Amino acid sequence: MARYGMVIDLGRCTGCQACSVACKTENNIPIVGPEESAKGRDINWIELATETEGEYPETREKFIPMFCMHCDDPPCVKVCPVHATYMGPEGIVGQNYDRCIGCRFCVAACPYTVKSFNWREYTEPGEMGRHANPDVSIRPVGVVEKCTFCVHREQGARETAALEGREMADGDYVPACVESCPAEAMIFGDLDDKGSKVAKAADSPHAFRMLEELGTEPKVHYLMERD
Amino acid sequence: MSAADPDAALFAPIENPRPGFYAIVGLLMAGTAFGVYCWSRQLRMGLGETGLAMPVSWGFYVTNFVFFIGISHAGTLISAILRISQAEWRRPITRLAEFITVAVLAVGGLQIIVDMGRPDRLLNVIWYGRYQSPLLWDATSITAYLTASSIYLYVPMIPDIAMLRDRGTSPKFFYEVLAMGWRGTARQKRILSRAISILAVMVIPIAVSVHTVVAFVFSMTLQPGWHSTVFGPYFVVGAIFSGIAALLLAMIAFRWAYGLHAYLKEVHFNYLGILLLIMSLLWFYFTFVEYLTTYYGGEPDELAVFFQKWTGPYAVYFWAMGVCNFLIPVLILSFRRSIPAVGIASVFVLIGMWLERFVIIVPTLSRPRLPELATGHYLPSWLEWGELFGSFCMFALIYVLFTRLFPIVSIWEIREGREEGLHDVESRLKSYLPDYAESGATGDRS
Repeated sequence: MARYGMVIDLGRCTGCQACSVACKTENNIPIVGPEESAKGRDINWIELATETEGEYPETREKFIPMFCMHCDDPPCVKVCPVHATYMGPEGIVGQNYDRCIGCRFCVAACPYTVKSFNWREYTEPGEMGRHANPDVSIRPVGVVEKCTFCVHREQGARETAALEGREMADGDYVPACVESCPAEAMIFGDLDDKGSKVAKAADSPHAFRMLEELGTEPKVHYLMERD
Repeated sequence: MSAADPDAALFAPIENPRPGFYAIVGLLMAGTAFGVYCWSRQLRMGLGETGLAMPVSWGFYVTNFVFFIGISHAGTLISAILRISQAEWRRPITRLAEFITVAVLAVGGLQIIVDMGRPDRLLNVIWYGRYQSPLLWDATSITAYLTASSIYLYVPMIPDIAMLRDRGTSPKFFYEVLAMGWRGTARQKRILSRAISILAVMVIPIAVSVHTVVAFVFSMTLQPGWHSTVFGPYFVVGAIFSGIAALLLAMIAFRWAYGLHAYLKEVHFNYLGILLLIMSLLWFYFTFVEYLTTYYGGEPDELAVFFQKWTGPYAVYFWAMGVCNFLIPVLILSFRRSIPAVGIASVFVLIGMWLERFVIIVPTLSRPRLPELATGHYLPSWLEWGELFGSFCMFALIYVLFTRLFPIVSIWEIREGREEGLHDVESRLKSYLPDYAESGATGDRS
């Protein structure tokens, strides 16, 4: 069984946010509109955190794409009263939109603040029409959502591999953000497969994880080779 | 027993309600209806109608939940402790206190449903409930408490209900069924007193568990400002504190409304005032311990939340909490415990304890560990104010309707106090003193 994870090379990230846009399109993420956005109700599965280093004019921007860390010991899964947020067999932390009761306990418990809530009915049924990705369900009002590592792509890749009568190979399944990254800063794959690119990158002494000290065991790693 | 009945004042609200009663019920129903309107609007439009957003996704409703459940500790817990410790002055106030518990628990539980994004899926908690989630612990503990305190309210009420049955008070059938064939025989009395003792002992651990697991909702997470071992007892202390304040206000209101001056005397307010003072000091102690530990440790994320409260955007709430919960009640109650003084202190304590819940919940969410991603402040919308107002009205409405159906002071316990309590106390006192032989038997006046 694979254990999917990601490495993001911050030295390569240009902060272009192609990943964020690709994610939004791929996963039918609603546009909440200016009024709701001003209140802080945007739904973005990928947020780009920026950090400015140094003093003007000698400044340098650091970009850190942030999304669900798919923790191996996820605080959100622990607190969910109905098993709506759960850990899949391949380590992907999922969200069951049909079961979620909207209590937002997982939102409050996530130390990474990467979960979003549908404060209103942002997508009228049928509004997205043929623009919507048919592989991803549209979320109703009152439920929590977040990055799923494009788990629908995993299902597609597994079926393709089965049809072709072979095992899944490294690179068969990648989320939309990884596919779209022009700087090739994002590497995705099976962390348990020692030969995979992602496992090698995660093994680097320059790799780190967010809030590692909390013991949540995130599966998203960051690489900071320069500095 | 009609004109000469010394306890006529206790039957009056049930048998001859005054026009004022209906006026109050009408007003409270209107207030409750407004709260329901606010909720129905939210049901139609989504939680977007509130002031909630990211990262402060819990606000008024969760604060109200913790606050109302806290008040419920007034009743059953205080009444049980006073019964077990055989405090004779308890007799006129236990029923008042137990009413509060049952009424406010119902209102508190509703807050969670109002807070849910999908209240239509409430039953998922039963179909798919996961016991690892502290919310399930809450659901279990609050249900157990509601059940236990309803029984604990009902059982000691049976002799009073039988009195109403014998007087032919309508609805007759209602009192006939609820009296459960009480005749006041010696055997029945023995069973009743035994049942009350068992219930009083059982209900205390349940009550303590309730606010402990309410605290666990916060302290079981890793969030700065929440992840603290002191939270369980801290919440329980705050709960009893606010519960006593609510009880005192109820006593003042019904003393005035139903003319219970003969039953609720200055001495009751004085004693409960002392209890309120002790709880205020205890509350301050817990608050001091909690915040000093955070500040001294100086862990950056903890400190960031600390300064949100100390000097930041939530400083007004934080310092108002300190003034309402500690400064004012301690100043008043140390020097004066007259009825108005105790009443004023209680109002401040209720406001302060609501603020305390708010100050625990909101600042932690507003300043997460990774502030680069989301920071933001929370201001409730009019709808959330309306829901809070409606919830208070609903609580008062349930309470007032209770008093229309059942005596607000336990009549048989007052009579028992007159008939047996005096001898009991005398013989008990003698057994404490060195000059008398151990008697043990109650009523033995030798």
